[in-house]
Amino acid sequence: MAEESMIRMEGLTKAYGEKRAVSDLTLEIEKGEVFGLLGPNGAGKTTTTLMLLGLTEPTAGKAFIDGKDCTRDPIGVKRIVGYLPDNVGFYQDMTGRENLRFTGRLNGLPEEVIEARAQELLEKVGMLEAADKKTGTYSRGMRQRLGVADVLMKDPKVVIMDEPTLGIDPEGIRELMLMIRGLADEDGRTILISSHQLYQVQQICDRVGLFVEGRLIACGHIEELARQMQQEGHYVLETAAVPNDDGFGTLLKQLGNVERVEHTGEYYVIYSRTDLRRELIRKSLQAGYTVSHLRQRGSDLDEIYRRYFEKGEKEHVESDQRKGGRFLSFRKNR
Amino acid sequence: MLSLIREKADVFFHSGKTGEGRRLMSGLGALYRKEMADHIRSRRFLIVLCLILLTSFASVYGAVSVLSDAVASDSDYIFLKLFTLSGNSIPSFTSFIALLGPFVGLTLGFDAINSERSEGTLNRLVSQPIYRDCVINGKFLAGATVIFLMVFSMGLVIGAVGLLTTGIPPSADEVGRVAALLFFTSVYICFWLALSILFSVLCRHAATSAMVVIALWIFFALFMSLVVNIVTNALYPADQVATVGQLLDYYDCQLALNRLSPYYLYSEAVSTIMDPTVRSTNVILPQQLSGAISGYLSAGQSLLLVWPHLVGLLALTAVAFALSYISFMRREIRSR
Repeated sequence: MAEESMIRMEGLTKAYGEKRAVSDLTLEIEKGEVFGLLGPNGAGKTTTTLMLLGLTEPTAGKAFIDGKDCTRDPIGVKRIVGYLPDNVGFYQDMTGRENLRFTGRLNGLPEEVIEARAQELLEKVGMLEAADKKTGTYSRGMRQRLGVADVLMKDPKVVIMDEPTLGIDPEGIRELMLMIRGLADEDGRTILISSHQLYQVQQICDRVGLFVEGRLIACGHIEELARQMQQEGHYVLETAAVPNDDGFGTLLKQLGNVERVEHTGEYYVIYSRTDLRRELIRKSLQAGYTVSHLRQRGSDLDEIYRRYFEKGEKEHVESDQRKGGRFLSFRKNR
Repeated sequence: MLSLIREKADVFFHSGKTGEGRRLMSGLGALYRKEMADHIRSRRFLIVLCLILLTSFASVYGAVSVLSDAVASDSDYIFLKLFTLSGNSIPSFTSFIALLGPFVGLTLGFDAINSERSEGTLNRLVSQPIYRDCVINGKFLAGATVIFLMVFSMGLVIGAVGLLTTGIPPSADEVGRVAALLFFTSVYICFWLALSILFSVLCRHAATSAMVVIALWIFFALFMSLVVNIVTNALYPADQVATVGQLLDYYDCQLALNRLSPYYLYSEAVSTIMDPTVRSTNVILPQQLSGAISGYLSAGQSLLLVWPHLVGLLALTAVAFALSYISFMRREIRSR
C-alpha cells in the first residue's frame, strides 16, 4: 500500500494568522490515479497544491510525493511534479516553442531531448500551427494547451493542475479533459486536479475529495459518495407530467415519506426519505397523469456537492456562527 | 590561463554530486541566457542605449570644441579632458553619466520580479527544479553583464572618437584612469540595478516600483545636497561657529552626510580619478600643504584615494541586492 501511494499528506495544516487555510488534511493518492480536489473559491485548494510543491511551508503536518518530503526536498519533488498554475502565463515576447525550450533548459535536459520533446508535445496538444507565434497573441484556450505541454516537458510522474478548465469553451474543456485522462491511462501519470467546476472534472476523476473551509469533508469514488448520500436517507426526484397542472403537485405531496416538493420551472423536485419512483408512477397513472420526465438526482457530483455543503454548513454553523455567515453568502453567489 | 579557470570552475561547481551540480547550475545558466536575450532584444534597452550614446556624443562634441582653449593653459592629460571638460553649456561626460547612469540601471531592473508575477510566469518558474534564488541571481547577473558591456563599449567609442579628432594617443596612465572610470561607472549603475530589483520585489505593480526608484534617483541627484545643507546648518548654526575647529567639524559633517548618497560618492570618486591634480577628497588645511611639491599624482595614487569610495559603492550594491534577495526568498508565491 505504502509503495503504491504517490502523494501522501499527513495532517497537513496551513494557518495565516488566525485563519486556517488548510486544516489537518490527510489524504493518499495512488499511482496512476486522477484525483479531483473540489471545493468553492477560497477553500484552500491552491494552498494545498503550493504546499505539495514546497512553495509554501506547512504550519504543521507533512506531505510526500513519491517518498520525497515536499518541505525538505522541494527540488527533488519539483523534478518529478509538473504544476499547471491557475491562469498560467508565458513570456509574451517569446514563441510557444521558445517557452517550452526554456522550461526544458531549466530542467537541465539536453538540447536534443528538448527539441524532440517540444515538437512531440506541441503536436500532442494540437499547437503545431501556433508554435512559432509569440504567446502574447494566444487565446486563453491556447495558453492552457501550451501550459499542458509545458508541464509535460519534464516528463513528470505527477501532474498538479489548478483550475485547468477555467475560462475555456465547452469544446476546449472536453478536449482538455480527454487529454488529461490520456495522461493517466496511457502514460501512467498521477494527476491531481483542483477545481470548483464540477461537471467537467467529475467525468474524468477516479476519486474526488470535497474541500470546504480548509477541511476535507468527503472523499471517495463518485458512486460511493452518492450511495453514502442515499444511505443517509436523502433522495431527490425530478419529475414532470402531462397534463402539468396543480393537481399533480398535490398528488406528489401526498406520497409517503415526502419531505417537501418544489416547483421549479417545468419540473417538480421531490425530496424524500425513501425511493419513490414506483409509487409515483403508479399513483400518477391512477390519477390520469402521464409521467413525461422522471430522474433520480443525487448520482451526479453537483447534487453530492450541494448536499455535502449543506451538511458541512450545518456543522459549521454549530461550531462557528460567524464563519457560517460567509458560507451562506457563498452559496447565494453560486 | 582560460582553460585553467574553466577547470577550476568545473571542479568547484561539480564537487560532490556531479550530476546534481550540473543540473542546478544549468538552471541558473538558462535563466541568465534568457534574461540577457530579453534585455538585448527589448525595445526599452535600445532606447536607453540610444539615449546614452547620444548624450556621450554630445558631451564629447562639447569637450572637443573647447579642448584647444583648455590645452593652451594646461597641455597635460589631454585624453582625460575628453571625459571631464564641459563646453558650450553641454555638461561633461562624467557629470552626464552621474546623472543618467541611474536611469539605465532602473530601466533594466524596475520590473524584474513584479512583471513575472503579473504575467503569471513566476509561479511556473518556481515550480521548476531550480533553487529559487536562481531567479533573482540570474536577473541581477544578466543586468550587471549588460551594464558592464554597455559602459565599456561606450568608453571605447568615446576614446575612438577622441583619438580621431585630437590625434594624440593616450598614455598608459590615462588608459588606466579611463578603465577605472568605466569600472566605477559600471558599479555605480549596478547599484541602481540592485535598488530597482529590490523595489520590484517589494512593490506589486511595475509602475509603483518605477515611481519609487525614480523618486530616489531624483532625490539623490538633486535634493540630497540641499537636505544635507539644511541638516548641517541646524547642527552647526552660523552664528555659533567661531573657531577653525568648529568650521572644520562643519565641513566634515557636511562631507560625511553627502557621502551617504551614491551620486555624490560616484561624482567625487570620478573627479578624483580623472583629475591627477586632486590630492585629497577631504578638507585640507594650508599647513598640510606647506612644503608639498606641486605635481601630478600617478594613477595608482589616485586610485588609492578613491578606494574607500569603491568599497562604499560595492557595499551599497551588496546591501540593496541582499535585501531584495531576502525579501524575495521569504515571499510566498501565489498565482497572480
